[in-house]
Amino acid sequence: MTSSPSAGTAPHGFPAADALAPSRPQANVRRDGATGLARLSFLIPTIYIIFLLLPIYWLGTMSLKTNQEILGAFTLWPTNPTLANYRVIFTDPSWYNGYINSIIYVALNTVISVSVALPAAYAFSRYRFLGDKHLFFWLLTNRMAPPAVFALPFFQLYSSFGLIDTHIAVAIAHCLFNVPLAVWILEGFMSGVPKEIDETAYIDGYSFPRFFVKIFMPLIASGIGVAAFFCFMFSWVELLIARTLTTTAAKPIAATMTRTVSASGMDWGVLAAAGILTIIPGALVIWFVRNYIAKGFALGRV
Amino acid sequence: MEKTWNNKAWFMVLPVLLLVAFSAVIPLMTVVNYSVQDTFGNNEFFWAGTEWFEEVLASERFHDALFRNLAFSLIILAIEVPLGIAIALAMPRSGFWVPVCLVLMALPLLIPWNVVGTIWQVFGRADIGLLGHTLAYLGIPYNYTQDPVAAWITVIVMDVWHWTSLVVLLCYAGLVSIPEAYYQAAKIDGASRWSVFRYIQLPKMHRVLLIAVLLRFMDSFMIYTEPFVVTGGGPGNSTTFLSIDLVKMAIGQFDLGPAAAMSIVYFLIVLALSWVFYTVMTNYGQDER
Repeated sequence: MTSSPSAGTAPHGFPAADALAPSRPQANVRRDGATGLARLSFLIPTIYIIFLLLPIYWLGTMSLKTNQEILGAFTLWPTNPTLANYRVIFTDPSWYNGYINSIIYVALNTVISVSVALPAAYAFSRYRFLGDKHLFFWLLTNRMAPPAVFALPFFQLYSSFGLIDTHIAVAIAHCLFNVPLAVWILEGFMSGVPKEIDETAYIDGYSFPRFFVKIFMPLIASGIGVAAFFCFMFSWVELLIARTLTTTAAKPIAATMTRTVSASGMDWGVLAAAGILTIIPGALVIWFVRNYIAKGFALGRV
Repeated sequence: MEKTWNNKAWFMVLPVLLLVAFSAVIPLMTVVNYSVQDTFGNNEFFWAGTEWFEEVLASERFHDALFRNLAFSLIILAIEVPLGIAIALAMPRSGFWVPVCLVLMALPLLIPWNVVGTIWQVFGRADIGLLGHTLAYLGIPYNYTQDPVAAWITVIVMDVWHWTSLVVLLCYAGLVSIPEAYYQAAKIDGASRWSVFRYIQLPKMHRVLLIAVLLRFMDSFMIYTEPFVVTGGGPGNSTTFLSIDLVKMAIGQFDLGPAAAMSIVYFLIVLALSWVFYTVMTNYGQDER
């Protein structure tokens, strides 16, 4: 920085100075600028993460307060932390059944989606067949379809089969967007496995089902995990269709949360506790797929 | 990868085809059915032709909702994409903090959408919410249930909070795929920070950015739950986006004909966008292989 007069006129490594200055002292200037930036650059993600966590933190503190404290004096953290709100949820069947219902249909949906998507993804990644590209595109349109368009026809369709208010109805309805998602993600992972592996296995005398289960599935185990995670997630966060198709017996937790208005007004503490409990499943499993999150959101195409 | 032509592969696709056909084609046919018929109750239907389509396409209500939704999508893209790129660039490339950052950032993406709405509804209330209380304390007028501007700001900030991480994660995935040699070459050439971004990082992020923009555009185009929980489409109709309007019409007022016609128009717009998305996804993949 001190050695070059031209760098002195443009202290922050301006492009014009870069072009004019001799290369060696110039490189020093640039590195100084870069490390200076690097030292501060951790601030941007830190501030962003604080911005992300603040509303969640607020929900968390509310869940540990009594309704009097929430509505009374304004405090940044609970003065008398209490688990009473959580106790309400874990002892009242109308609350905890919501969680059980959600988990049942989400698990059903994940199993159905991944198991039908596996062979289809294999076909798309290994073979060309009549109409394959159209089919692949059509699947995508279902992932992109607005659930609002389907809410009413779903209700009528499942009513005519007598499936309203059953877990399987929600599980099959969520296949609308989860099966395409699983096919796309798995196809992305399967295309990364060289075709020679399939051919070698056939030469070694493996039948197709045995090859698929014994050799191929272990090779794309991470892909199956990621596909399952994303099916789980998108079924877990969806509410419009799940709420339309259920009344009481299979009502998801997210829909149960809309009825916290009691005689004494809104039950904010219980609402907050229920909200925190819906965040936990995702937060628990995300660590396992942290390296594949981007790939999953990009439908297997990063 | 060279693929072999084999029509027997259809048998492997068949389960998916049947399942998705059951949950997509049958409901869509119901919608098409309603869109061309009129009813006076008692399950009696009359042929109405394109009447509903003309009504919907000419109605101010649809235009307003479409305009609001487009404005919303463009605003959130204009905020989330630059912000996402900036955060991805500032993130460390390796070390202990990388997985921690990734997991914390992905957290909002895993929260049920109505809980996202609830979180912001509570957060923005002047009596019990941190944001609302702080703003009231500072003397800034803010009431998202009465003031349309405040309602819009709340819905936009909520979406930025909810989905910017998606842009960050995708951009970051693009950035870490750049070999270290590229940066060394740039250093030898004395490239400025800006030219490193413009000629090395941006081209490498090009594809993931396109995916991010398209995904964000489509998902914001069919947003329903979050604004519905926070504002219920109000005050007035100021945050009534397409999906909210559609559900109001179909389930609230039970206007099946117009609602079905609107669904079809809505779906066709999404279909056109999906095609752009598909072209981007598949063509890029083939270039790389």
